[in-house]
Amino acid sequence: MREFERLENITKEARYLIIKTLIDSGMGHPGGSLSSVEILTALFFKIMNINPEDPGLNDRDRFIMSKGHGCLGLSTILNLRGFLSDKELASFRKNGGSLSAHVDMKKMPGVDMSTGSLGHGLSVGVGRALSAKINKQNHKVYVLMGDGETQEGSIWEAAMSAAHYNLDNLVGIVDRNKVQQCGNTEEIMSLEPYFDKWTAFNWDVKEIDGHDINQVVSALSQDNQESKPKLILCNTVKGKGVSFMEGDNKWHGGGAIKEFAKEAMQEVKLESK
Amino acid sequence: MGNIRKSYGSNITTLGSTNDKIVLLEGDLADSTMSDLFEAKFPDRHFQIGIAEQNMVGIAAGLALEGKIPFVNSFAAFIAMRACEQVRTDIAYPNLNVKLVVSHAGLSAGSAGPSHHSIEDIGIMRSIPNMTVLCPGDEEEMKQVLEASIAIDGPVYIRMSAMDCPNIYTSKNKFNIGKATILREGSDITLVSTGTMMNEAMQVSDLLDKQHGISSEVLQMASIKPFDIDSISHSIRRTGKIVTIEEHNIIGGLGSAVSEVVAEIGTGKIIRIGINDHFTDTVGTPEFLLEHEFLTTNAILKKVLKFLET
Repeated sequence: MREFERLENITKEARYLIIKTLIDSGMGHPGGSLSSVEILTALFFKIMNINPEDPGLNDRDRFIMSKGHGCLGLSTILNLRGFLSDKELASFRKNGGSLSAHVDMKKMPGVDMSTGSLGHGLSVGVGRALSAKINKQNHKVYVLMGDGETQEGSIWEAAMSAAHYNLDNLVGIVDRNKVQQCGNTEEIMSLEPYFDKWTAFNWDVKEIDGHDINQVVSALSQDNQESKPKLILCNTVKGKGVSFMEGDNKWHGGGAIKEFAKEAMQEVKLESK
Repeated sequence: MGNIRKSYGSNITTLGSTNDKIVLLEGDLADSTMSDLFEAKFPDRHFQIGIAEQNMVGIAAGLALEGKIPFVNSFAAFIAMRACEQVRTDIAYPNLNVKLVVSHAGLSAGSAGPSHHSIEDIGIMRSIPNMTVLCPGDEEEMKQVLEASIAIDGPVYIRMSAMDCPNIYTSKNKFNIGKATILREGSDITLVSTGTMMNEAMQVSDLLDKQHGISSEVLQMASIKPFDIDSISHSIRRTGKIVTIEEHNIIGGLGSAVSEVVAEIGTGKIIRIGINDHFTDTVGTPEFLLEHEFLTTNAILKKVLKFLET
């Protein structure tokens, strides 16, 4: 099977699992989970040196989900990749379950920081990348951010320090879906000119279509420019793959899913299921 | 006179030469927190993060996750308040091995004013799960606190005064996390101190004895959390009266911690001496402000004598 098709099939399975798990739990964050699917698929199935049999592998690449509310999407990818069992995924947001709405590294092998409060993950990534420099290790540190969360000032403190310490082992990825909980980013608190902001902070910035798996893989495969942290600005669509969720901030959280379960399932159903 | 920050600077540098996991992070205040000695000796393990405390604490989390032992240096106010959420969510929640060593606690920033004072930090820090909170009172106690903090694998908040202070602790005194240091045994009243108020407690105890023939027990509680409930209970059961002395708001700090014990054992009377829940309304040196807040030996003695009459 061609590599493209292999990865495309994983994104389809992930979207199906996201909606299935959401319907099952009645809660979750479908919008930002669906927009991150190609990014997470590329990282976990193509780019990162990781092993579900040995999640703490010393020379593994590190992954931090700074947009911790994307836990629903990340959990499905971890399940598909073998880091989380079906039973664990099925416990998403359930009483006594192991998965909450936000990422907990102690319950989710394959993840390198607990997150949820926005704007924290990039600093932790800087710390991990600095340690790799001190230890002369060659792995990379990947930090996935939501665009809305970069309204937090701490993101820009971290961005400044990553460039200052020439962290060319650090890769920031922004899921630029342009929608946050209460509306469009440009209406809530404008981020543009966004590419220029990261460039001005002395990052090596690449802008791509975050739903084109080839573009995502290609951008992630390229080495960082020497002495610079890299930022991959992924233009995405919030709620991608479920037409009535796309671009609608109402689907940042998924409280209304019960009412639309049938329609949502119809859009992501797999031919094999 | 000694200085706790000076003790920190020299002792962390000594510890750094035998433990290469130790790394230092600082936010443009190295000359104030006196961590610059470490920087001079280990430039590759010292990271200047600039004026960005939230980022500094987050970076420390990342370094700890990779097995380093990061020491974060700044002023108490900026770690306990500016970066409070990073401390709570990125350090304490994952229970990471980060040591937050903060200076200018209490009123010791003096005429820098209330923006730089820290009278709330003990209350904030001790309410965070997994956090160990230590307030040494002089150079030797700082040395022992530092060594004890490295011996445990987990987050520790170490609160330092910026003022010069008399050295009371000797190498014969042994600091242990979770234990009081019984500086003096007595029978009529218990004086409990933390941080540099250890000196005032000892002086008040001397005067009670010499001028009034009153026997006082002095407990120095550098370990605010975990807290030595047994020593407090044991002492108050014997003396019946307990006084807490701290350079901190009487809400949330040592006074609250001891009150909780007194309330739970259901015996004894307590008064809390500290800053009476207000921002200082005047300007001056730390010594001047302590006098203004009635935190000098004579002012404390008066309150203790009045308490003894009740």
